[in-house]
Amino acid sequence: MTTEFRLAIGAALGRERVRANIRKAMDGLVSKRAAAFPDADERERLRDQGEAIRGESVSRLPELLEELERSCTRNGIQVHWAETGEDANRLVLDILRHAGTTALLKGKSMVSEEMGLNEYLQHAGIEAVETDLGELIIQLAGEAPSHIIAPAIHKDRAEIAALFREHYPDQPPAERIEELTALARRVMRKRFRGMTAGLSGVNFAVAETGTLCLVENEGNGRLCTTLPDLHIAVMGIEKVVARLDQIPPLLTLLTRSATGQPITTYVNFISGPRRPGEQDGPRAVHLILLDNGRSRIRLDPELSATLRCIRCAACMNHCPVYTRLGGHAYGTVYPGPIGSILEPQLHGLAERGEMAEASSLCGACAEVCPVRIPIPRLLNRLRFEAVNAQADSPTLGHGSRRLAGQAGLWRLWAWTCAHPRIYRTLTRLMTALRPLQPTRIKPWTDTREAPRIADQDLHRQARAAGFTDRL
Amino acid sequence: MRPDVESPPHFQPSGTLSGTIGESGRRTRLVRGRAAGDTVDRARTTEHLKMPNTVYFFGTCLIDLLFPRTGLAAMRLLERAGLRVIFPQGQTCCGQPAYNTGYRDEARRVARAQLDAFPESLPVVVPSASCAGMLKVHYPLLLAGTADAARADAFAGRVVELTDFLTRVLDLRLTDRGPPIRVAVHNSCSSRRELGVADATMELLRRLARVELVEPERAHECCGFGGTFAIKQPEISAAMAADKTSAVAATGAAVLVSQDCGCLMNLGGTFARRGGGPVIKHVAEFIWERTSHDD
Repeated sequence: MTTEFRLAIGAALGRERVRANIRKAMDGLVSKRAAAFPDADERERLRDQGEAIRGESVSRLPELLEELERSCTRNGIQVHWAETGEDANRLVLDILRHAGTTALLKGKSMVSEEMGLNEYLQHAGIEAVETDLGELIIQLAGEAPSHIIAPAIHKDRAEIAALFREHYPDQPPAERIEELTALARRVMRKRFRGMTAGLSGVNFAVAETGTLCLVENEGNGRLCTTLPDLHIAVMGIEKVVARLDQIPPLLTLLTRSATGQPITTYVNFISGPRRPGEQDGPRAVHLILLDNGRSRIRLDPELSATLRCIRCAACMNHCPVYTRLGGHAYGTVYPGPIGSILEPQLHGLAERGEMAEASSLCGACAEVCPVRIPIPRLLNRLRFEAVNAQADSPTLGHGSRRLAGQAGLWRLWAWTCAHPRIYRTLTRLMTALRPLQPTRIKPWTDTREAPRIADQDLHRQARAAGFTDRL
Repeated sequence: MRPDVESPPHFQPSGTLSGTIGESGRRTRLVRGRAAGDTVDRARTTEHLKMPNTVYFFGTCLIDLLFPRTGLAAMRLLERAGLRVIFPQGQTCCGQPAYNTGYRDEARRVARAQLDAFPESLPVVVPSASCAGMLKVHYPLLLAGTADAARADAFAGRVVELTDFLTRVLDLRLTDRGPPIRVAVHNSCSSRRELGVADATMELLRRLARVELVEPERAHECCGFGGTFAIKQPEISAAMAADKTSAVAATGAAVLVSQDCGCLMNLGGTFARRGGGPVIKHVAEFIWERTSHDD
């Protein structure tokens, strides 16, 4: 069976330049993270803390969201609830239309990608202007992000220079990294002027204080959230945390795991619109809380660990599959290990279940996850959900990948392995028929030689060598 | 006869410290904690607990059908160390292929058959970190809430990976009878991240005086086998195996060893196709050959 995903994998593996770019970038991020956690004891204590804090967020989600709404409202932030991405898009559009604006400044937000906001606004005649350098690059290239914190990581400097030459012909040519970023800065600064609406994501929202926390390195996020009169923040409902004192450990886990930075260049704490007498800041702040399937994920006590994620991307940086494919091959908003547990749950196993199979379960992701999401265990669980049709499972599309023939083969295999006599007869038969063993066993032998069946199995050799069967 | 085992923990020195999949950070912390009190641990081992004189051997289905020499070598190493080795003829497969493909009912059926095959309270030595991980970490999860839960827990406590057992329980000393040689080690993902026994393997190999140990670049990275992953996602698996074999070849080692025959089958098969490459051997077979007289 050749699926779209499999075709995309083949194509991705063939793109040498992209593969080299991604590998190089991931190697860099991996070593930066390692250097950022020189003390393993401290790192593990922090991870314990991160797991506990985010675990509390998920287990107390409904009450924390209500508290967040109350706190935000008290601070003058208008809170909206969106069941689906479509609902969230409509809310954004309504707010923008009410403000009479036709263009929106955008800071980097994966939730807006999940909503498909840019395309939605485009259809409604509103221009979305990406201000994050990586997002700008892929917007110019007409592509989707290939990585959740570094969306243009698959492109090298020369490709970016070519893109800028094409789209900004009036600008002086730029080749070096400093020149490229300076060019982007000049172009973007012009765009900021006169803009009346800005949109951002949210890294964490504090229930007790109604504070929105946003980290970034370019300053564009701060401009998006302070310069225009209107600021709209979009967040997945799971990003809420109970208390302000839980933010410092999460922030340091996030930035060190993501880029190896002790702290990002900009850390924004947004606690409401401009107050009387203040010189700047937006005059209105809206917060859109997007569910989009998260409540359903939360119903499962094991799979709900998925919602602890703080989107640091360490799992994909360390993943042997992601580093070879890049994000685009997955064809999803969230790629890599976190995508492979999140996407099948958000969109159902029928549509995205194959992502859960695209893992050797090597465990590199769980080893670095700052909030200890047991990703391989959840992948295993999703594989189970995919082929097992238990009527009360909350997982979307459970049982949808069960094929009668495959299930029959596994039943037969289990029957054989549960009956040692049958098993021994079979191995004896296989060793006897060894000369007839085919040399081509697809797909194994597409790239490897097949192992040869032994002339005598270990059961018989052990017995012949005098190893006893029982005490 | 009752085995000389009062309580199980002493023959699973790393197992008591890990046992949770992937969350090796937690394990790292505990191992570090243990390292500080290492002498205390050793003292307690010799003071309270006697060495087992009899062990079970779980051969694994891969070794059974494809690499029986590895299984025999491992059993002979144990026997030469003075242990009585029992190979139950009722053993088959750990059930991992079905478990990792989502067929838990089928895996459970096979798991129960293994519990039946190893009834006595003896250590179960396993020449594969991957299969040992299935028996030790996943059986309790798979059988939790069933009538076999307690049996699975007790069994898991008895399971110990071969090199871990040889190094940390038997503290096996090795007399190297081979010529000087450079050996590349591929520590499997299960040995590193699931069981935390990779350092025991390295320590054991370091006891071979004339062996120069090397690890390939990106040693932590998976070789691409992953059981049914190699069949379900053959292109990615092949890309990973290609990179790993290149890294191994670059070490210039004459031999490649690992705790896991799955990895070796993947890497050996890839080397055989691309031509050249080192001799491929399971660590048990390599050690047996380096230390036996009649080699």
